[in-house]
Amino acid sequence: MDIAIGIFTVLLVLVLGLGFAAGRWRGGDLTRLDEWGLGGRQFGVIVSWFLIGGDIYTAYTFIAVPALMFGAGALAFFAVPYTIVAYPILYVIFPKLWRVSARHGFVTGPEFVRGRYGNRLLALAVGVTGIVATMPYIALQLVGMQTVIGGLGITGAGFGAHLPLIIAFLVLAAFTFTSGLRAPAMIAVVKDLLIYLTIIVAIIVIPTELGGFGAIFAKIAPAKLLLPKPPAGSGGLYSGYATLALGSAMALFLYPHATTGVLSARSSEVVRRNAVILPAYSLMLGLVTLLGAMAVAAGVSTMPQFAAGFKEFGTNFAVPALLIHTLPPWFVGIAFAAIAIGALVPAAIMAIASANIFTRDIWRQFINPRVTAGQESMVARLFSIVMIIGALAFIFALPLKYAIQLQLLGGIWMIQIFPAIVFSLFTRFYNGWALLVGWACGIGLATHYALLNHLAGSIYPFHIAGYTFPCYIAIATFIVNVVVSTALSPIFHAFASDRIHDVTTEADYG
Amino acid sequence: MSAWRFLLLIPFIGTLWVPFYNHALPAVFGFPFFYWYQLVAVPLSAVIIFIVYKAES
Repeated sequence: MDIAIGIFTVLLVLVLGLGFAAGRWRGGDLTRLDEWGLGGRQFGVIVSWFLIGGDIYTAYTFIAVPALMFGAGALAFFAVPYTIVAYPILYVIFPKLWRVSARHGFVTGPEFVRGRYGNRLLALAVGVTGIVATMPYIALQLVGMQTVIGGLGITGAGFGAHLPLIIAFLVLAAFTFTSGLRAPAMIAVVKDLLIYLTIIVAIIVIPTELGGFGAIFAKIAPAKLLLPKPPAGSGGLYSGYATLALGSAMALFLYPHATTGVLSARSSEVVRRNAVILPAYSLMLGLVTLLGAMAVAAGVSTMPQFAAGFKEFGTNFAVPALLIHTLPPWFVGIAFAAIAIGALVPAAIMAIASANIFTRDIWRQFINPRVTAGQESMVARLFSIVMIIGALAFIFALPLKYAIQLQLLGGIWMIQIFPAIVFSLFTRFYNGWALLVGWACGIGLATHYALLNHLAGSIYPFHIAGYTFPCYIAIATFIVNVVVSTALSPIFHAFASDRIHDVTTEADYG
Repeated sequence: MSAWRFLLLIPFIGTLWVPFYNHALPAVFGFPFFYWYQLVAVPLSAVIIFIVYKAES
């Protein structure tokens, strides 16, 4: 394992160094928030492709989705339709958000909402939803990194075992502070080249060793190979699967880190072109998911040398075990470095995106409205450190369960800002206070149903007129949110219209 | 807003209606239908978005 640890360490140190150097890349005045927090809105098609791809296909991709395939089977493949339908959504909706934001200098989604409705509390609700959903997501990145460090043989509960993770994230906090969004943008290029290399090698070498894909799928239990047929009078896992994919796709670009990636593009044209080329990552995600099936076929879970890893990390250990079992140690070093760097890029962007929201939508609105541009950028930089250290503390207090469920819980909340952001790009029918009430109903109900599932699952069996409809909680509660917002808007407008507060014009969206 | 955008509904219908593809057969290169259908849908959806993009540019 020594050679793997050596290569892993060299790659990580190189990339962390790159993070500091990135501050000078396409130099800008980093004391301005749109320079620090959006990289100066100057990224072209290629850099945006790496940045957004590196941002939304995270370490979660490489650990938790195949882990679900390994444990639950076909259900995990929802990640593929999810990342298919996300791109028509990106194409239709987000170039509009880019245009209106660039024209008015909006750095965050909540800022757009405030500009549209003049409603500080609605913007606060949208912003806080983003920050709260992002926190467990950063923690998830740490889980990904912890798992590969564990795979390298550095395990245990002591401080020494946690040290590599702590060092990596403290360095991450430091270069995020100094370089802003330029750091993850630059690192994302290296990360994704390593990731593509790893996946292509793994998808050729491992099936050859295991006797081909036919032999791999033959080893999957028949009950897990496909989705079970729904029982009479129920949508079964069919409706669960489809709503999970759709709801996850609708929430995807509403996450602060994804919105930040979109807004840092040079033009709305860059965003549109990326809707065409980003699906390359989805194809890779599908192949990565199949690593879970390969781990089943290879039988890694019963091998004595991996017993400790599975005990500590559960099914999340399936992919690291598979790679160690089938690939030479030097390549394991590269693959694990790819996954670890795959945790750093999104973690940095998530911290930056949350910091942008904290600064523009909380600090400047509710704490110090007279903040100068330089102070604003400093508040954001400090808050990004709070986010990273907070996630680090969070991870040492939280048991390692299915990491994917944490992400799904975030999605259940995230989708509740869909009406406020997406509908508002197309119409001014809505009233800000009505959207706020709809949001509150959505968040409340979503949390209620998630608790009924003991926070262990995000699909809830809804009963409608004698028919059982298992549905991703996000979709069901989103519908309630939309109905409430739509019903209340005309009433609220009749008593106190907020249309005069709209700082945007029809032409801003065109 | 062009009529071309209705093409973008195809990926939704094709991948969210599970009965279309929840079968083992026909298998291709050892991949059950369920898996290769969804994998092939990825580039096809990208092509559809590309067509809409070209038509609107």
